[in-house]
Amino acid sequence: MRVRTLEQLRALEHELRATRDRKPCVRVCGGTGCRARGSEDVLGRFRAVLESEGLADAVEVKFTGCHGFCERGPLVSLAPQEVFYQGVEVDDVPAIVTQTLARGAVIERLLAQDPITGKRVRQEQEIPFYRRQQRIVLRFNGVIDPTDIREYIALGGYRALGDVLTHRTPEEVIEIIERSGLRGRGGAGFPTGKKWRLARAAPGSIKYVICNGDEGDPGAFMDRSLLEGNPHGVIEGMIIGAYAVGATRGIIYVREEYPLAVRTLQIALAQAREYGFLGEAIFDSAFSFDIEIVRGAGAFVAGEETALIAAVEGRVSEPRQRPPYPVQRGVWGHPTVINNVETWANVPIILERGPEWFARLGTATSKGTKIFSLVGKVANTGLVEIPMGMTLRELVEEIGGGALPQREIKAVQIGGPSGGCLPKALFDLPIDYESLTEAGAMMGSGGLIVMDDRTCMVDVARYFMDFLRDESCGKCLPCREGTQRMYELLTAMCEGRATDADLDLLEELAQVVKETSLCGLGQTAPNPVLTTLRYFRSEYEAHIRQKRCPAGVCKALIRYVINAERCTGCVACVQPCPQHAISGQLKQPHVIDQERCIKCGICHEVCQFGAVEIV
Amino acid sequence: MQEIEAIIERYGAQRRHVISILQDIQAQFHYLPKDALMEVAARVRIPLIELYSIATFYNCFSLLPRGEHIIKVCLGTACHLKGGTRLVEALERELGVREGEMTPDGRFSFETVRCVGACALAPLVLIDERYYPKMTQRKMTQVLARLRRPRPTAEAER
Repeated sequence: MRVRTLEQLRALEHELRATRDRKPCVRVCGGTGCRARGSEDVLGRFRAVLESEGLADAVEVKFTGCHGFCERGPLVSLAPQEVFYQGVEVDDVPAIVTQTLARGAVIERLLAQDPITGKRVRQEQEIPFYRRQQRIVLRFNGVIDPTDIREYIALGGYRALGDVLTHRTPEEVIEIIERSGLRGRGGAGFPTGKKWRLARAAPGSIKYVICNGDEGDPGAFMDRSLLEGNPHGVIEGMIIGAYAVGATRGIIYVREEYPLAVRTLQIALAQAREYGFLGEAIFDSAFSFDIEIVRGAGAFVAGEETALIAAVEGRVSEPRQRPPYPVQRGVWGHPTVINNVETWANVPIILERGPEWFARLGTATSKGTKIFSLVGKVANTGLVEIPMGMTLRELVEEIGGGALPQREIKAVQIGGPSGGCLPKALFDLPIDYESLTEAGAMMGSGGLIVMDDRTCMVDVARYFMDFLRDESCGKCLPCREGTQRMYELLTAMCEGRATDADLDLLEELAQVVKETSLCGLGQTAPNPVLTTLRYFRSEYEAHIRQKRCPAGVCKALIRYVINAERCTGCVACVQPCPQHAISGQLKQPHVIDQERCIKCGICHEVCQFGAVEIV
Repeated sequence: MQEIEAIIERYGAQRRHVISILQDIQAQFHYLPKDALMEVAARVRIPLIELYSIATFYNCFSLLPRGEHIIKVCLGTACHLKGGTRLVEALERELGVREGEMTPDGRFSFETVRCVGACALAPLVLIDERYYPKMTQRKMTQVLARLRRPRPTAEAER
């Protein structure tokens, strides 16, 4: 059915909400994390059990987008009981149906546990992981079925669009976005309203809006989760943006590595067309607009806007000199606004709740919330959304639940390969664009990787440089050659072959690459090196002067030995050792033959007594 | 070459669609056969060398045939920190081939990827698009043993 007026939309919304509220509902998390842990089977089992209990029509079962608490998946939440179960396995399903759904009885062992009080908690908001979050952009993740537009409409979806097309001029929309203080969520934090204004002012009858869903940062999955969990939020934002800048064509550029996101978007776009939110004369106005999907073929540099344009045009993804900026000359020479997935998803919310409301969230210069993928060496990994200005400590310690057992957190890496490593001493830093940049890192798109005493900072710098030399497009010399040489120097350090002179050279080279590269990739490529040098210099010096890796990571500088006091002689490590390097009598301490050992670490992995030590 | 023709038809023989065309060819054949590249170059009217440069620039394309099972070890940052590199080394030992290669019997291709966006489950291995979360060298050995076993025939199942 086609929605032509705001009144029709309101009527539809009420009708859909009424039907929605009538039925109990089982929401199974369909995020990648939960799927990997078998949530598809859990969903299937729910359908089968409800069928056999004769409840198939009385209870709704749906797959939602990522719920965020990936560490504890598969996640299942039940409405209207408001019970949140974690770690749900296929065999738990009958009990959930017969006890919780049928009788309202809660199954204790499936509830999350508060790590401090040890108390089992029933609702999502009671879990420390969720309690400190402010889930605004992610509000529908874990709630709606992303493949059904009616679910989005029932919760007020497309209302902002209807209102804009009925009551607002494009200039008013731009002004609202400017007043909200929204800045780009893809990395650099350029003011969104200003970008739109420039594009609106640019001459030309054909204009484009693009959603950058390339998400090339390793260690990040914010965009993926939004596109998979609430595609219409992004699409609605793009339609509003297109109206504001006068664009008639839209493109969503999404990584091919995210097949589920591509599929979900295809469904969402088709449904939006069916309801008349895309196509000719939207809401019976003079405004027409449509969106197509372009799948990225895998290139980190395509996150840079001019390189992304080249990829969209079917060419090798190389950046070009700016200006002219894409808002002046973008896709096929037409003015083009490129915003990140999360930026677009913020747009309908700002129009719905007003710029003043939005501007009250966050800090003086960084408004709203930010989504992070909190991963690495931290107890609670997952997808989180926090108000800007929260400190790194609150994020890592309270939401993340702190270090893994017996470990100590020493740093976070924020902003991906363009960002930097910040030490524990700076954990009281507020998360806003300026503070992070001043400390040598950057907001980036939202990758946040926690590192502990078993993480080697030289190895981390080498890891990023390996990534960057591989992803450097090769167009400009400082980036192409500089990243390669920095990688070689860092490798020499990790292998204990480097000298003090190499350290000076590395530092100098990093500065040169930063100052002379053509695009953002090269200009920020030295950040992981510069920040680790700034905050963890002693680790570099240990590698160079003492030929020692303090974290016990760099293979050339470590040995595996068996602690005779801890070894029980259980022989669990003997057979897995690919080198047959471990010997000893049953129930007696074993030894590793260092001549044969290739330091694969499998003995360390299988030992249950912590007897294999890294020295 | 009928399949190639069908894929080109899906988008139209225009240069802006050339990456999508190559992606679909890759999806169908698991690599880009030389003949297919020549066909696309001729139909879309762009020099073969430019197509080659696109095919070698983007990470998702392969110019070499790939094995029956495709094993991808994720080397995103979280996976790296949690031992992804060890898994790469373990696979090189187990399969006797290097990253990016195929075993001589054509059973396995072994590749690395830079982040598949499931970082909470690091370290992660994908085999034929199925996710194996929190992988260890030990589990890897077991999974490989299972894949190596000849598939039971209908007869044997009975």
